[in-house]
Amino acid sequence: MSFTIIGTGSKVPALVKTNEQLADLVETSDEWITTRTGIKQRHICTTESLADILYDAAASALDDAGTRADELDLIVCATIRGDYISPSLACVVQERLRASCPAFDINAACTGFIYALDVAEGYFARKKARKALVLAAEAMSKTVDWNDRATCVLFGDGAGAAVLAEGDDLLSIKLTAVGNTGPLFIPHVGGNCPFVAVQSARPYLSMQGQDVYKFAVSSMCRDIQDVIKEAGIAKTDIAYVLPHQANIRIIDAAQKRLKIPQYKYISNIEKYGNTSAASIPLLLDEANRDGRFKCGDILVLSAFGGGFTTGACVIRWNR
Amino acid sequence: MTTFDKVVKILVDYNDCDASEITMGTKFADLGLDSLDTVELVMNFEEEFGITIEMNEGLQTVGDVVKLIDSTQG
Repeated sequence: MSFTIIGTGSKVPALVKTNEQLADLVETSDEWITTRTGIKQRHICTTESLADILYDAAASALDDAGTRADELDLIVCATIRGDYISPSLACVVQERLRASCPAFDINAACTGFIYALDVAEGYFARKKARKALVLAAEAMSKTVDWNDRATCVLFGDGAGAAVLAEGDDLLSIKLTAVGNTGPLFIPHVGGNCPFVAVQSARPYLSMQGQDVYKFAVSSMCRDIQDVIKEAGIAKTDIAYVLPHQANIRIIDAAQKRLKIPQYKYISNIEKYGNTSAASIPLLLDEANRDGRFKCGDILVLSAFGGGFTTGACVIRWNR
Repeated sequence: MTTFDKVVKILVDYNDCDASEITMGTKFADLGLDSLDTVELVMNFEEEFGITIEMNEGLQTVGDVVKLIDSTQG
């Protein structure tokens, strides 16, 4: 027993900033950002809290699934930074949904949604859940240094959700972690403890782009090959690949190496930038709502991110 | 094939450039390659030569790559 996806939802904040508009803030250009990343614009939280957009995504997924919040047995949310250190973002949304099940966050950076699916699968396998809500939401705009042209243009804010029910449509899943604090990290905000004897680091995202790019391409190729092998399917059986939307160049490089045709890769990075853990559920919801998936379609999800973490899975679309 | 010839072949395969114009002093930037292209090329060199190349080696020219590969295979 694993699960089947019975509904999806997503939401992004209202404010859109195009590449040209960011060129007014930092020294960059639409041409530079587009050719190196594929990003044309991103959504950014202004008055919205992360819980605001995530609640809308969750409510929309429950509606799509025809499921009431009081039927949920689990809410697990992937995020690197909720609105509060405590309570968890999952608990804040649980209150608004008027659900009464266990709710908690997990942090696996951009891989978070796949980690959360694996956690949810455990609840189904142990028969502790019949319905679960898997969430992912990130306000990356609050973690980047808006004076750093190399990173602030790459990210965006967004939220996605999926409702899971008992089923057998998770055909394989794989998670990895290779712990490090060098190539990609975000220091914590400092407190005001009078006894602290080290200077607190600037609480902004820092990334060695080339190292992350290399790790991303190689791990995506390895993980996708591993999960399709474990699922006992061939590359030709895949209907769609939903890769983490960090950089179109990473996706294209992995696509060429894997030799899975480009038309099978779904992408929306041009509209949202890198929304970290939210990127795959945003993609899933968009494709679900535009009617792209047919019942029985084989979907491959693959992500990588800070940690380093990676994850991939094969899911049969069954609705 | 020398290391230089193999490196040129990988460059031509990747970038569709003119092999006769590439010398040891040719910079990747001169071939219209940006920092992310350099990473992909490094991955291709790693596969071809069976070595691991760190991204902080500061590789700028074809000659930098040839010397690095020869030093690991010496």
